[in-house]
Amino acid sequence: MDSHPLRDPLAEQNEGELVAALRAGDEAAFASLVDRYHASLVRLARMYVRDPAVAEEVAQETWLGVLAGIDRFEGRSSLKTWLFRILTNRAKTRGERERRSVPFSSVTPDSDEPAVDPERFQGDAERYPGGWKESPQPWEGDPEERLLAGEVRALILDAIEQLPPNQRAVITLRDIEGFSSDETRNVLDVSETNQRVLLHRARSKVRRALEQYLGETE
Amino acid sequence: MSCKELVELVTDYLEEALPREERLQFEQHLSLCHGCVNYVEQMRVTVKTVGALHEESLPPEARSALLDAFRDWKKG
Repeated sequence: MDSHPLRDPLAEQNEGELVAALRAGDEAAFASLVDRYHASLVRLARMYVRDPAVAEEVAQETWLGVLAGIDRFEGRSSLKTWLFRILTNRAKTRGERERRSVPFSSVTPDSDEPAVDPERFQGDAERYPGGWKESPQPWEGDPEERLLAGEVRALILDAIEQLPPNQRAVITLRDIEGFSSDETRNVLDVSETNQRVLLHRARSKVRRALEQYLGETE
Repeated sequence: MSCKELVELVTDYLEEALPREERLQFEQHLSLCHGCVNYVEQMRVTVKTVGALHEESLPPEARSALLDAFRDWKKG
């Protein structure tokens, strides 16, 4: 997985310097971290607290937790994993306290959700049961480039926003933040298999949203 | 392996988590089915595109409150 080294202040080669800068009170270093990670922290907090305003508070408290703990940070996990673990611990506590917590089982995937609308496949009586009725076509152009236009970006953020909280958390860590599957399991306390199922559902839905937008099949 | 089955295995495939036997069936299916090749490519593009999202910046008041907190912390 790419880890977005160009815009990621926590790219590993910088980590030691970054920790030193934070300890030395370098405001620009702190600001770059906040700018880079705050939105993901809020998104992840919403796995545990339903109220978006509370999730925002939890993310802000997390930054204060970072400042309070940075002198004791020993680098046994990466700084990034440490940051997101502070967030999940706080969000869980907050969720329990307010009795708004999503039940623990919510980390596990719900019952089956097909990746693709079953209507797009041939039925048992047709020539190729389970085969495409109409084959998917290559997407015109490059959606990554079209992100620059802003419209696709809004569309994807909206699709992620509409995911169940556990799927949103996994796609945020894996695909937006570039966490490895091990790091993701470590932050979310989720099994390897469940992590993959959640990631699959999340990616499949974002793909569908892109497909609809790109207008290839609908 | 049908197309309908294949689309459920794409993430396992991309994560290299498929058992050998299933991976071979998956790849064999791809060698015969351009629809599924396109589908897998769409999933790859999706992952890449999500990875290129730029984060929204946080509300300016929250940002300045955090930077204030930082200055306080710095003073000890």
